[in-house]
Amino acid sequence: MDVVFWKELADQFSSRRFMILLTIIVLTGMWATYSAGQTIRQDAENMPTEYVFLLLLTSQSGALFPLATFLAFLGPLVGITLGFDAISGEYARGTLSRVLSQPIYRDSLINGKFLAGLATVAIFWASILILVIGLGMSLLGFPPNAEELWRMLIFTFVGITYVGFWLALALLFSILFQRTVTAALGSLAVWLFLAIFVSMIAKVASDMIVPNPSTPEQLVQQTNIDTVVSRFSPNTLYSETVHILLNPIARAFGPVLQEQLTGILPTPLALGQSLLLIFPHIATLFALVGVCFGISYIKFMRAEIRA
Amino acid sequence: MSAVIEAQNLTKRYRDLVAVNDLTLKVEPGEIFGFLGPNGAGKTTTILMLLGLTEPTSGQASVCGFDPTSQPLEVKKRVGYLPENPGFYEDLSARENLCYLARLNRISEGESDRRITRLFEQVGLGRDADRPVREFSRGMKQRLGIAEVLVKEPQVLILDEPTLGLDPDGAVRILELITQLSHERGLTVLLCSHQLHQVQQMCRRIGIIVKGKLIVQGQVDKLGAAVLKERQWNFLVEVDGATDGLEGELRSLSGVAGIEQRNRGWLLRCTKDVRREVVALITQKGIGLLQLRSEDPTLEEIYLKYFREA
Repeated sequence: MDVVFWKELADQFSSRRFMILLTIIVLTGMWATYSAGQTIRQDAENMPTEYVFLLLLTSQSGALFPLATFLAFLGPLVGITLGFDAISGEYARGTLSRVLSQPIYRDSLINGKFLAGLATVAIFWASILILVIGLGMSLLGFPPNAEELWRMLIFTFVGITYVGFWLALALLFSILFQRTVTAALGSLAVWLFLAIFVSMIAKVASDMIVPNPSTPEQLVQQTNIDTVVSRFSPNTLYSETVHILLNPIARAFGPVLQEQLTGILPTPLALGQSLLLIFPHIATLFALVGVCFGISYIKFMRAEIRA
Repeated sequence: MSAVIEAQNLTKRYRDLVAVNDLTLKVEPGEIFGFLGPNGAGKTTTILMLLGLTEPTSGQASVCGFDPTSQPLEVKKRVGYLPENPGFYEDLSARENLCYLARLNRISEGESDRRITRLFEQVGLGRDADRPVREFSRGMKQRLGIAEVLVKEPQVLILDEPTLGLDPDGAVRILELITQLSHERGLTVLLCSHQLHQVQQMCRRIGIIVKGKLIVQGQVDKLGAAVLKERQWNFLVEVDGATDGLEGELRSLSGVAGIEQRNRGWLLRCTKDVRREVVALITQKGIGLLQLRSEDPTLEEIYLKYFREA
């Protein structure tokens, strides 16, 4: 497996599409961080005194998305790009039967490929964050504190899991469809569906079940339905997780009633408390990766290798 | 030692299609076995089952004494398989492609370097070793494929159309290399090819598979004798000059069963030796005899006969 892993890793890093993705993400990342940093500097009096570093990732400046949202968009693209031709590409080139007639276990090929993809994503994500920290330090003039670092570290982990899901999905499609183009289009279709249509469906469903809410209870019910349906999409899971993780002030998803807020101090949550809030989300993301990879694994082990 | 490749009632079904039907096959150590059959007859499926890449629906196979279904790794360690259209990683150089394969086989760095350099020389790719494979022609890829299966120094070679796309000189060199390895190291070879004259040169024994059934296996010359039992003698007669009426007179000779027009004469299919009569006839008519040659049955005839019967 290590042989496959190192070869795939080298392939990923030397491929042209990786270079293109890297350029796009580094450029947008730097631009987003820089403009967020400028906004923070200009508006220093109105900024909270704690967790300024995290603001670099989440604050919106003008028309530009914050970095965390950028990554939510580009993450699936990275995952799909790294995975869509993992098996179908080998099949199309006719290398699959040659490699599998070597004395290696069949699963070491797919494991090696998936792990190499994950490692690529991890290096990707970590380097962007390090870039952000460096840029942030020169913009703001002070380093992040320990809690911010921890939150960024967990953010990295969540991000890898999120992109890992798309990687596993693309891998699955590359096994199900023997044509590379079909695999790529299939994964992109799923991405579009989950990123855009699920939230639309959630709106429609909640409107249908609770039409014209008049009481607060009905309004809450409608919002709850909306939330539950849209959580079928990993995009929602990711953005909710990141929202809680990078905004220590945030303490709940969705609407909060006025009476629920009475007597609560508007202080930031401790890291442990934030984690408690998002633990189900992280676990679900993790499980999604596991399920996708599991299906790919079983499919691949049973597949007949011709050509 | 018992057979290197052995298949017992091997069967593979895809839903309603029987790809390989009750195939029983034996290949002895050090032998070059020709595995023939029309396209889609089940050759590749049989090979995949022998390698453990596909599970047989029923029946058993054994390669080097191991069962490919339950011990595929042991089989793959000992068998070099060249698929019909071998593919390579196009962005890597020929050497890098082979290095990757060598690493998958756990061959040490120094050893694989030595073997790869030597093999590139042997297959005639010495000067192109460091070019990326995407620049290679079809024939060069085929040579690279041959080099690749030999990297792990296998005991058994399974070659699917190894000379496809090679120039005649390259084909001869590759086949000589394989034959030489087979003699020197006792390498067993299962050769699938449609180049029947090459198969006839290299293989002593062949098997013909049609529609998933192995319809015949045995030594080429014995099969030839069996096929041409009823007309054991074939003579090629070539004459010079005007041949007025000779064909009719040849046909009416006793013992001539059939006559076919050839370039400068005829091919006589006879039930007995009619050479003496033919020579007498031609001399009597005053025609110049260029040659009179007896022809052995070719593999092509054997193949076509069994193929048409099935």
